[in-house]
Amino acid sequence: METTVALLNGFSVALEPSKLLFCLVGVFLGTAVGVLPGIGPALTVALLLPVTFKLDPAGSIIMFAGIYYGGMYGGSTTAILLNAPGESASLATALEGSKMAKAGRGGPALATSAIGSFVAGTIATLGLAFLAPWLVEIAVKFGPWDYFALMIVAFVTVSATFGDSPLRGLTSLFLGITLGLIGIDKLTGQARLTFGVPDLLNGVEVTTLAVGLFAVGEALYVASKRFRDPEEIIPIRGSLWMTRQDWKRSWAPWLRGTAFGFPIGALPAGGAEVPTFLSYSTEKRLCKYPDEFGKGAIEGVAGPEAANNASAAGTLVPLLTLGLPTSATAAIMLAGFQQYGLNPGPLLFAEKPDLVWGLIASLFIANVMLVIINLPLIGIWVRLLAIPQPWLYAGILVFATMGTVAVNASPVELGMLFVFGYLGYLMRRYDYPVAPMVVGLILGPMAEAQLRRALQISLGDPMILLENPISATLLGLAFIALVAPFAMKGLNKFKAAED
Amino acid sequence: MTNEKLTQGADRPALIVGVLLLIVAAFVGYDASQQTIVSNYGIGPTAMPYVVCTGLVALGLAHFFVAFRGGLPKPDAADSGALLWIVAGLVALIACIALGGGFVIAITIVFACTARGFGRRALLVDALIGFVLGLVIFLVFAKLLTLLLPAGPLERLFI
Repeated sequence: METTVALLNGFSVALEPSKLLFCLVGVFLGTAVGVLPGIGPALTVALLLPVTFKLDPAGSIIMFAGIYYGGMYGGSTTAILLNAPGESASLATALEGSKMAKAGRGGPALATSAIGSFVAGTIATLGLAFLAPWLVEIAVKFGPWDYFALMIVAFVTVSATFGDSPLRGLTSLFLGITLGLIGIDKLTGQARLTFGVPDLLNGVEVTTLAVGLFAVGEALYVASKRFRDPEEIIPIRGSLWMTRQDWKRSWAPWLRGTAFGFPIGALPAGGAEVPTFLSYSTEKRLCKYPDEFGKGAIEGVAGPEAANNASAAGTLVPLLTLGLPTSATAAIMLAGFQQYGLNPGPLLFAEKPDLVWGLIASLFIANVMLVIINLPLIGIWVRLLAIPQPWLYAGILVFATMGTVAVNASPVELGMLFVFGYLGYLMRRYDYPVAPMVVGLILGPMAEAQLRRALQISLGDPMILLENPISATLLGLAFIALVAPFAMKGLNKFKAAED
Repeated sequence: MTNEKLTQGADRPALIVGVLLLIVAAFVGYDASQQTIVSNYGIGPTAMPYVVCTGLVALGLAHFFVAFRGGLPKPDAADSGALLWIVAGLVALIACIALGGGFVIAITIVFACTARGFGRRALLVDALIGFVLGLVIFLVFAKLLTLLLPAGPLERLFI
C-alpha cells in the first residue's frame, strides 16, 4: 500500500511536462546513440552524461532513465540488423535476430524485441518498485561489514562472469582497484599514488575511464582490424508488423525471459549474459518448431530481449537500495548520481523520496515512450546504421573528447582518456574484459571505506567480518564463486586425462 | 580452446603483462611505504595499497605461469598505419588544447585524422566536416548549456 502511494507520488513528479520532455529527449538520444554499431548502453550513458550536466538533479536522473532504456533498445536494433551486438547482453539476440533479418523478417524481429522489451521492462520495473522498499528495510540494518562482504561478492562475480578467463577478469578488476587508490584518502587526507601531480589529487574520474576504455578503445580496436570483417546492414523487407502467429509465439518467451532476467539481474552477482543465454536455450528446448532455431526463430529474439531488459531493471534494485553497481552500465549510472551529490542507498529513499520514486515512475514512462516512438521511427534508426564507418568512429572520438573536455578541460585529463583508450585497445586485443576495471574503480574505494569503518568499530579485529552471519555467508559465497571456475577447470583436465 | 602446444618456450605477451603487473605492484607498494599519516584505530590508508600490491604480485606471477601454459589468446595482425593516424590525431588534440589552440581546431584535427585512419582519402573534406561539427558543439555548449569549452583565438570571435 505504501509502495502504491509512493509510486503515485513518483508519477506526479514524472508527469510534469518538463520532466516528460526530459524523458522524451533521453529516450530519443539514448536510442540514437545506442543504435550506432559498437556502442552499448554503458557507453551510451557515459557519452551522454555531460549533456545532463547542467540540469537539475531530478530532471537529469529522469533523462538518464530514458537514455538507459533507449540505449538498450538501440543496442538490440544493431544486433538484429547488423549482427553486431554492442555488448555481450545482446549476443543472444543477435543469434536469431540477424537470421530473421536475413530471411526478410527484420521487421517482426524488431517489433518483438521492442514489445518484448516493453513487457519485460514494465513487469521488472513493477518488481523493482515493490522489491526496493522491502530491501531498503533490510539494508538499513546492514553494518559496514555486510556492505564490505557484499562488495567482495560483486567483485568476484563481475570479474569471473565477464570474459572467459577468471585470471584476465581479476587482472582487469585489480587494475581498476589500483586506479581507485589514486587521490586523497577520504578518511585521513593522505595523498596516494599521485606522484606530485595535482590533477590526480581528486582521483580518476569514472567517466574518463569508461569513455576511454569503451569508446576510444573500441575505435582503435575496430581500426586495427578494419579490413577483416566488413559489416553489412541487412535491409528490412516486408511488413514491419508481427503476424498473429508471431504474437502467439512471442508472448510466452517474453514472460519466461522476464522471469529469468529480473531475479538474476537483481542479485549482486548481476550481469545480463547469464539470463539471456538461459532464456535462449530454454526457448530452444520448448519451441514447437525446433528446426527453425539457427534459421531465425522468433522465440530466440523475444525471450533473450525480454531477459535483457528485465535484468537491466533488475540491476537497478541493488543500485538504488544498496548503492551497489553490478554491471558496467550501473557503475556509470552511479557515477552520474554522484555527479549530482546523490548517494544511492537506503538513505536516498528516506531523504529524497520524490527523486527515487520519480525515477522509478519515469522508467515506466520511458518504456511506453520507447514503444511509441521506436516502431514508427525505425526508418530513421536504420539510416543511422548506414553512416560510413570512418565518420561514425571519428564522431565517436569527437563526442568522447567533448565529454571529457566539458567536465574538466585539462590536458592531463585528456591524456588519461587516451592512455585508457590505448589500454582498452590492448585489453580487447588480448581478450581481457574491460567492464571489471570500471567496477573496480567505483567499488574499490567504497569497499575500502566500509572495511575501515568496520574495523574501526571492532577496534581492529578482522574477525568481525566472520562473526556476523550475513557478512560471513556473503564472504563464503564469494570464496566459492572465486574457487569454483578453477576447481571445474581442474576437474575437466582430470577428465581429459582419463579419456 | 586455441591452446597451441607448438609454441616453444614462453608466450611473450603473457610474460610482458606479468612484468608490467609486477612493476605496478612495486609502484603501489613503494608509494604506500612512503606515506606518513597512519591511523590510530583499525587500519590506515596504507593497508589497502598493500592488499592491492599483494594481489597484483599474485596476478603477475599467475601470468608467468600462464605464459608457459599456452599463453594469452593470439590476436590477428593489426593495421598499424590506421592506429598511427588515430593516435597522431589524439596527440595533436592534446597539444592543441594545451597550447591554447581552442576546441574547434582540436576537434577538426581529431575528426580528420580518425576518418583517415579508417581508410577515407578525403582529408580536406573531413577536416571541413570536423570543423563544422566542432563549431556547432562549441556553440551549443556555450549558448544552451552555458558551459564554456576551451576557447582559442577562433572561438573568441563567437563569444
